[in-house]
Amino acid sequence: MNVAAAIADRTAGFLERLGRAGLFLARGAWQIVAPPWRIYPIVKQIHFIGARSLLVIVVAGTFVGMVVALQFYDTLLRFGSVSLLGAAVGLSLMRELGPVLTALVVIGRAGSAICAEISIMRNEHQIDALECMAIDPYKHLIAPRLAAAIISVPLLTLIFITVGIAGGYFVGVILFDVSPGAYLGGMHDSVISRDFLMGGAKALVFGLLMIWIAMAKGFFLHLEPEGAHGSEGVSRVTTDAVVLSSIAVLFSDYILSAIIL
Amino acid sequence: MTAQSPQVVVDVRDLCSHYGDRQVLFDVNLQVHAGEILAIMGHSGCGKTTLFRHMLGLKTASSGQVSVLGRNLAGLNKTDLYALRQRIGVAFQNGALFSSLSVRENVELPLREHTSLDGNTIRIMTRMKLDFMRLTEFEHLMPAQLSGGMLKRAGLARAVIMDPQVLFFDEPSAGLDPVTSAELDQLILMLRKAMKMTIVIITHELQSVFAVADRIMVLDAGRPILIGTKEEVQASTDRRIVNMLNRRPPDEAFDADAYLEKLTRTRL
Repeated sequence: MNVAAAIADRTAGFLERLGRAGLFLARGAWQIVAPPWRIYPIVKQIHFIGARSLLVIVVAGTFVGMVVALQFYDTLLRFGSVSLLGAAVGLSLMRELGPVLTALVVIGRAGSAICAEISIMRNEHQIDALECMAIDPYKHLIAPRLAAAIISVPLLTLIFITVGIAGGYFVGVILFDVSPGAYLGGMHDSVISRDFLMGGAKALVFGLLMIWIAMAKGFFLHLEPEGAHGSEGVSRVTTDAVVLSSIAVLFSDYILSAIIL
Repeated sequence: MTAQSPQVVVDVRDLCSHYGDRQVLFDVNLQVHAGEILAIMGHSGCGKTTLFRHMLGLKTASSGQVSVLGRNLAGLNKTDLYALRQRIGVAFQNGALFSSLSVRENVELPLREHTSLDGNTIRIMTRMKLDFMRLTEFEHLMPAQLSGGMLKRAGLARAVIMDPQVLFFDEPSAGLDPVTSAELDQLILMLRKAMKMTIVIITHELQSVFAVADRIMVLDAGRPILIGTKEEVQASTDRRIVNMLNRRPPDEAFDADAYLEKLTRTRL
């Protein structure tokens, strides 16, 4: 009986949190399109989420492209198919590694910071202050970050894929003497519009999931089931946000792949 | 609109409030009249801040109602609530300034959000309020660079930037030295005189209360035990108020057996 009651309690709690997070997303999304429209807060957030993640994305993308090329070169060499190196690097970056690794990097760099910032605002009554000044926190805090993530993450993914392909080119063509024509031509012949669609759709969904979870965790700090307060509470929800959004990205990666393939 | 007297600016009727299963306010009734300064005081945890949140529409009542400027907060939709809040100023205990904005940007934020005034006019109005709070020379500093007293004054400047009819001020003196606290009390009195505001202060600082308040509400364990003038509070024979005025802890008969049982019952 106690076990059943505990399960029912937890289920009800989970559904309540899910519903609250769903409404949170809907309100934030509505405030992107609802007037008055303000571009500057979105640009400021694009700078934070996008521009300031650029260096780490370029470094990560280059090394991931290089290591993917290295691994594929070694494997393809065994089957005498080194000419497929460009196709293998391009497809793996575009369909899987680009969107997933970009999202994970952005979660670590920007998602955690956004969650911590919003939860501190909640903790220090800054969100209450916004409400009391008749300033909608969804318009002021949530909508700009949501719009910025939806714009930034696909662009960062594109950059990750581009530098990854360049990194693969360096390893394949410069270090292992694969023909440049075979590398680029193979990629050109094998990458089709569905691969672009898959990469683009994943980048968009991952960006949305990442920012949604990070913001909702911070915004509802005061409603955490075990209670969260002060620096310990901020630390806990930020860790939760990073873990949960990483899992959500990996889970939705499989779902999206299964749907599109 | 309720049919109440226009002189009553804040009207709390039979307010009960809960956090989960725990009741924190019990049938609170309170009327704040136009132009008066009312202080709500009591020990930590007596329900002052909860009452404050109800008066700001930040918490929903379990029963009873709260009206501000003649509008029942529970019956307002978001648009009406926000319209009402533009006529209300709120200064939070720690200032609740936005850490990414400078003092000036914090103070001018409501004007930028709610008016179509040009930048110069907003700057002049902001300077006036900062000057009133003696913060003009600190307008470019970030909140992290301010002292506790400055944070409260900056929060107060932001709260009055729209010239509100009612000002709610949470713990104006908390954490301040006596001199800074007295300065803030003077500012509150000047605000009332200059801007004809109705002011509600939440505090547990006796000196501050007697310096500024016209009337005082004393809360104890979520129940109002007295609402009256300073003289009425000082003349009260209620032991809880006498203890509070004499800065003594609340009376609790010590039962050694019950205490021992409580200790041994507690799971370690």
